[in-house]
Amino acid sequence: MSELKSWTELPVGGTVSPGDAEQPRTGSWRTGLRPEVDLSKCVNCLLCWLYCPDSAIRLDGTTFVGFDHDVCKGCELCEVVCPVGAIGMVRDGN
Amino acid sequence: MSRLKQLVRNERGCAPLRGGHALCQGCGVPMVVRTIVDSIDTPVVVISATGCLEVATTRFPTTAWNVPWVHVAFENAAAVASGVETAYRALAKRNALPQDGPITFVALAGDGGTYDIGLQALSGALERGHRFIFVCYDNEAYMNTGIQRSGATPFGASTTTSPSGTASFGKAQRRKDMTAIAVAHHVPYVAQAIAVHWHDLSEKIERAAAADGPAFLNVLTNCPVGWGHEPRASLEILNAAVETCFWPLYEVVEGRYRLTYVPERVRPIEDWLRPQARFAHLLRPEARGVVVKIQRQIDEEWVALRRRCEQDAAAA
Amino acid sequence: MATRAVAARVLTGGEAVAEAMRQIDPDVVPVYPITPQTPMIQGFAKFAAAGRVHGEIINVESEHSAMSAAIGAALAGARTITATSSQGLALMAEVVYIAAAMRAPIVMAVGNRALSGPINIHCDHSDSMLVRDSGVVQLFAENAQEAYDLMVMAPRIAEHPDVLLPVLVCQDGFTITHSAEPVVLLGDRSVKKFVGEYHIPFPLLDLSAPTTQGPFAMPDYYYEVRHQQVAAMSAALAAFEDVAGEFETLSGRRYDVIEPYALDDAERAIVCLGSTGGTVKDVVDELRSEGERVGLLEIRSFRPFPVERLRSALEHVGQIAVLDRADSPGGLPPLFADLTATLHGTSAELESYVYGLGGRDLHPEEIRHVFCAPAGAAVPVYLGLRSEPCLV
Repeated sequence: MSELKSWTELPVGGTVSPGDAEQPRTGSWRTGLRPEVDLSKCVNCLLCWLYCPDSAIRLDGTTFVGFDHDVCKGCELCEVVCPVGAIGMVRDGN
Repeated sequence: MSRLKQLVRNERGCAPLRGGHALCQGCGVPMVVRTIVDSIDTPVVVISATGCLEVATTRFPTTAWNVPWVHVAFENAAAVASGVETAYRALAKRNALPQDGPITFVALAGDGGTYDIGLQALSGALERGHRFIFVCYDNEAYMNTGIQRSGATPFGASTTTSPSGTASFGKAQRRKDMTAIAVAHHVPYVAQAIAVHWHDLSEKIERAAAADGPAFLNVLTNCPVGWGHEPRASLEILNAAVETCFWPLYEVVEGRYRLTYVPERVRPIEDWLRPQARFAHLLRPEARGVVVKIQRQIDEEWVALRRRCEQDAAAA
Repeated sequence: MATRAVAARVLTGGEAVAEAMRQIDPDVVPVYPITPQTPMIQGFAKFAAAGRVHGEIINVESEHSAMSAAIGAALAGARTITATSSQGLALMAEVVYIAAAMRAPIVMAVGNRALSGPINIHCDHSDSMLVRDSGVVQLFAENAQEAYDLMVMAPRIAEHPDVLLPVLVCQDGFTITHSAEPVVLLGDRSVKKFVGEYHIPFPLLDLSAPTTQGPFAMPDYYYEVRHQQVAAMSAALAAFEDVAGEFETLSGRRYDVIEPYALDDAERAIVCLGSTGGTVKDVVDELRSEGERVGLLEIRSFRPFPVERLRSALEHVGQIAVLDRADSPGGLPPLFADLTATLHGTSAELESYVYGLGGRDLHPEEIRHVFCAPAGAAVPVYLGLRSEPCLV
């Protein structure tokens, strides 16, 4: 539960600085499936990174490292777009 | 380096639009936005119109934007952008910018904020020649307010204000050709693009950013809720838009038309209609006449576009 | 006090605003023409064409876009000035509220003109009243000199770090905008030095500190974000005093949020906005010479409404006639409503008069009648309204 600020604590004009902004965990939106990867198949084509609506593909440089399940909404586009079938949707543990 | 790797590098580890926003599962807009911002090699300032993108990414006190971003109202993205861009030039003239160097100004609006309520401000900004890129993420209805019809809604589509029923086959009017309206302003660069042809979109953005004046990009963007499809069907549907010539990919450079993609075999318009619940009513036998009409409209537009491109190529 | 005599120039209120704009030399001027504001922007455009100013004019395609572009420019980090009247102010009203909420310190000159319908190009205050609750500062000039002086002061008030609100400098359309009077201008360098450099806390063009401006807010935060504007308005009263003090040193002319005239021992007073104050002063002088204890309180700052100053200035006055150059059908005229609430609990008796709608002149005889024949009613008296046909 986050605290609600008083009017005296807010920046002028409702301005938000990204560094100060909490990132909502929209991973809670998933309805039962989440993506997982078989790294041995991944060819680092980066298409999943490009197509993900939630910026949930984590890279190290230009290398795929994993998913940010805190924000992934389970739309399955990464599974659809992966050209080598390295990504599959699995039952969510949440 | 591959273009995709370059887009990654351009982010410098900091996505312009990060996750945690409230856009729908499978929304087509974020990919368009990130492809665009990542394809621009200068710093970017984004001016957003009211709409899904704006509302869902900036619920106070959080934000999903890591680039300078401003929103004022629904109809004035182009006017606000005009002010920001002019301020940049005025301050640059007297060496008063906080940092030196170029900045690219990108206005982002849905079809409502472009075709309809946003049309006046856009027209004015194009006519005045401000150096900025106006991108319409066209999902063909007012999605944020509940899928109401807009001037971009295609003929025959069912929306909440043009619903299909026993007395209606959906929207009874043809959609505006907003791309042609932009071309009529004699601006240096206009294009139609789509996220699923991301390489084409990325190249077009580069050309838009390099244009010495206004650039207008119309990007057909899917909406799982408004169009009625599972998110995983997004790519198939966007591809169908291109392969049926519902959404030709072309650019107009200094008034000269050029196709940037030609389908090997033009597919029948049903391939575009079938996967979307907003067109489901058209697939019934009694709506056959409407589908025939739609096919004819698409055919005529495609023929006219090809002819114009050939003419312009020959004149070059 | 002024250290040297400066020759006055004969200028209309509109020309005086254009001169002030020239001397301030803002970075961005987004404008759309509407009578009677046009001399302001045409005058400024001529200065630009002659290379006498350095900013950029944006000839936008509507007033809604004028204020929208102004917000973009002001929040980008550029001093921005615009101007409008009547339907233009009405069309941009949505964005005026947003400019205040986004704390954009835009200066806007207003040639007050009646709102349609019928369409009318002459003076009344209905356009200002339309944006009464928008959160912008509204200052009213009595004449061309004041229009010029308030324009020079306006950027300092708008940009004051505790204020950061749009400031409207209002002058009566045609009566002031198009009437020529002697106006003493300050020197170009003095004005430039007085307005100083433009600073805002979060310039959009500062790439080192990206911000999100103009967010979406739910019921959990809208109230608090908006409440900042209440504090900003309060600060605007103090800011006006500070800036007016500096301006007096520069010009020898002292401004205040209210202007009492022969009020100290007045038994009856008129309260009004704008050029009518000038006419009332003449009538006050006449009646005073006849032994009548009458006075005027002209309000300079309509928003923020100087509640405490009004109470202390008017509490000794027995009868107060409030002259509104705008109406609120079905309700109370706006200035009267504000003043009634302000003087609630005092022993003052207030009367409401509506006058001058659509540019109808208010004559000295009618003002004399207001002073000498109190209406004694709380419902508005419509001065000069023809309730019967009249031969001309």
